[in-house]
Amino acid sequence: MAHEPGRAPHVELREVSKHFGGARALESVSIKIETGSVHAFVGENGAGKSTLGKIISGVVAQDRGEVLLHGTPVRFRSPREALDHGVATIAQELAIVPELSAAENVLLGVEPRAFGLIRHRELRRKYSSVCSAVGFEVPAEAMPSRMRTAEQQKLEILRAIARNAELIVMDEPSAALTREEMQRLHESIRALRDQGRTVVLVSHFLDEVLDLADTISVLRDGRLVRSGPAAPESERTLIEAMLGRSFDGTFPPKEPPPTDSPVVLSVEGLSAFGVSDVSLDVRAGEIVGLAGLVGAGRTELAQAIVGMRRPRSGTVAVGDRRTGRPYPRGMLQLGLAMIPESRKEDGLIPDRSITDNTALSSLASRSRFGVVRPRAERRATATALRQVDVRAGRHDLPVSVLSGGNQQKLLFARTLLCEPAVLIADEPTRGVDVGARRSIYELLITLTRQGLGVLLISSDVEEVLGLSHRVLVMRSGRLVAELDGLTATEHDVLDAAFRDRASIPS
Amino acid sequence: MNVAEAEGGPQQVFSGRAVAAMRDLFDLRRSGILLPFIALFIALSVTSGPFFSRANLLNIVDQQASTLIPAAAGTLVLVAGGIDLSVGAVYGLAGVTAAHLALLASPALAILVGILVGLGVGLVNGLITTVFRINPLIATLATSYVVTGIASLATGGNIVTDFTHPGFADLARTSFLSVKTSTWLTLVVVVALGFLLARSTVGRYMYAAGGNAQAARLAGVRVYRVRILAFALSGTAAALGGVIDSSRVLSAQSSSGSTLAFTVLAGIVVGGTSILGGTGAVWRSVVGVLFIALIGNGFDLLGLDPLYEQISLGVLLLLAVGLDAWTRLIRQ
Repeated sequence: MAHEPGRAPHVELREVSKHFGGARALESVSIKIETGSVHAFVGENGAGKSTLGKIISGVVAQDRGEVLLHGTPVRFRSPREALDHGVATIAQELAIVPELSAAENVLLGVEPRAFGLIRHRELRRKYSSVCSAVGFEVPAEAMPSRMRTAEQQKLEILRAIARNAELIVMDEPSAALTREEMQRLHESIRALRDQGRTVVLVSHFLDEVLDLADTISVLRDGRLVRSGPAAPESERTLIEAMLGRSFDGTFPPKEPPPTDSPVVLSVEGLSAFGVSDVSLDVRAGEIVGLAGLVGAGRTELAQAIVGMRRPRSGTVAVGDRRTGRPYPRGMLQLGLAMIPESRKEDGLIPDRSITDNTALSSLASRSRFGVVRPRAERRATATALRQVDVRAGRHDLPVSVLSGGNQQKLLFARTLLCEPAVLIADEPTRGVDVGARRSIYELLITLTRQGLGVLLISSDVEEVLGLSHRVLVMRSGRLVAELDGLTATEHDVLDAAFRDRASIPS
Repeated sequence: MNVAEAEGGPQQVFSGRAVAAMRDLFDLRRSGILLPFIALFIALSVTSGPFFSRANLLNIVDQQASTLIPAAAGTLVLVAGGIDLSVGAVYGLAGVTAAHLALLASPALAILVGILVGLGVGLVNGLITTVFRINPLIATLATSYVVTGIASLATGGNIVTDFTHPGFADLARTSFLSVKTSTWLTLVVVVALGFLLARSTVGRYMYAAGGNAQAARLAGVRVYRVRILAFALSGTAAALGGVIDSSRVLSAQSSSGSTLAFTVLAGIVVGGTSILGGTGAVWRSVVGVLFIALIGNGFDLLGLDPLYEQISLGVLLLLAVGLDAWTRLIRQ
């Protein structure tokens, strides 16, 4: 690559350590990041990969050790100061102003001005020069409110380039992206590297890392396991390095439900915004996967079934109780629980404790005359949290201290306390690390073995195929295919999800 | 041996809890207003002779009855994700209604109807902010105009006085164990609302509704119902405050509560309940209201220029909100 022998690396970390309170985040980590390379940090949640990215971009400062930029020791006190040295960050949460155009967003704060007014022609010219410098383009007048996340990320990248960034740290840039958006982001990252810029990629998507990175550094418990070229690595070698043990197959073996097991969820002719005329059944002990492209209406269907979204027509039955007007509390009482797609927006109450969040759905059964029985509450939630393997020191801390994987498992614990007959899990492994992902799979399988029916929504086709007994494929709000989970292939699913697209005149 | 163990267990738990309580007290973010309150209390006790007397302290609390009661209920509204700016208007209408009815009918009926008027307005507030989805700030501002207007219409803009039926004065002017009835009433209401918020399932639902309404709904909380209840309690509490005060002075005026909404809100926020919903506690609002009252009392007793009282209150309010914003920032 652009690595010239004898030249100092773009960034060198020497014996860097960082503690948060009493917890060790990084211990004596030394890594060299070469100019013009894509360097990935991988590790489980809590391994220290994000902290490492934050030290490079000036968001946090190391306790001990040195950071060298082009061979000179630096100590950034803020991301602003790092940017002055050509180091920019693209965070998970994007800072885009929705009311400003693409060009205005990119040049926000550095607009060409005359007498306090923005010179629009000059702005446009400057914008297109930034675009051509980086090798990809977003229309100057495009409005961010109508953009996909990947396009907005491009704006952030352009913004960094407009400020002469030479090194860009990306923290989980594809966590919120669909598959096709992810591909577009990857093209952007390759374009940056081809320009001789350096990209530090913090990611838990191993396929992405293997696809993009020139060099991979693996972290475990705040220590560097190894840092070396990406070429000889594979998903298996990385996982083994991250976990410190070998990993036996990705999915646990399937056990089909008994043939006479009863239908626990039955949806008939359900239509709502984004959903048209869907009928489906889930039996006890069965995992039904719901696949499809983003925008195919899977989440909308889930929301219509639990009543987060009002159905226009059709009915939902849990067991033998059928209703045409579902609402979340009512469905919960019938035995239907849902784990939402977005933990932060639809799942957790961030300021409340771990115990409170876990008990929320089943508080009534742990209270007497409307008064909560604290001891019963603590005991029940602790049991449920242990059952789903949430590791937390104290349960009276706010739920926001938990890692993504533990938060997700907490939502499982919350629903378990309601003793549901059916569970809808919408993207249950999004944004969680490999270890937590595996334990969520095992949890789903244990629960179905105990007779729970599961409707599993996932954008990860492998996950759907690896877990489901039956796979339903959605397209434009309709169910278009039903496949056998034992025999279907990724190709079958994608074929059904995409089919007719080309043949329908648009 | 067994006995020693059995005794050792609970003792250890107790000392652990005591340590945690001490730590929380000195954790600025958690204790918030409590430490400044204690400091001010001690300072006033030292500098002003008459301050630390039973009569003065009981008087402060009794004077704050009509602020403490709506502040306790208003805490529930804020925690549940709403805000109630109509408490002053309701206070005025309830006072006028009660004074009128005391004149025409019986004191008991006056008190009952006065309070029911507040319950009614509270229910309306709850309905329009949930079912009709109008922003609570604007909705309760609007109802406060309507309510004040109704009160003015009913009185023709005059003060209603009633010196002829002394029974009505029993609410505020009698004593039990040499503490005023209105003070006892305040204590009961504050403790009941505090218990409701901290210990009941509905209280938990209020925190959830204010912390993340969407998530609460999906978790099976009836967010609308919980918020309507909070508004209904707030209206009822404001009305009780109005009835108590009109019983105290045996007169009432539609505009008498014109600044009450802001005093109540200031007390709640200074206490450390978040204006953004989801966090807070009734005891905090009690301390907040009393803290503001202590400042006023201190200015009186020390003979300071009351103009500075307003300035210090304003600065205090900014500090309280700033502290809330700051803790949210560092938690991220």
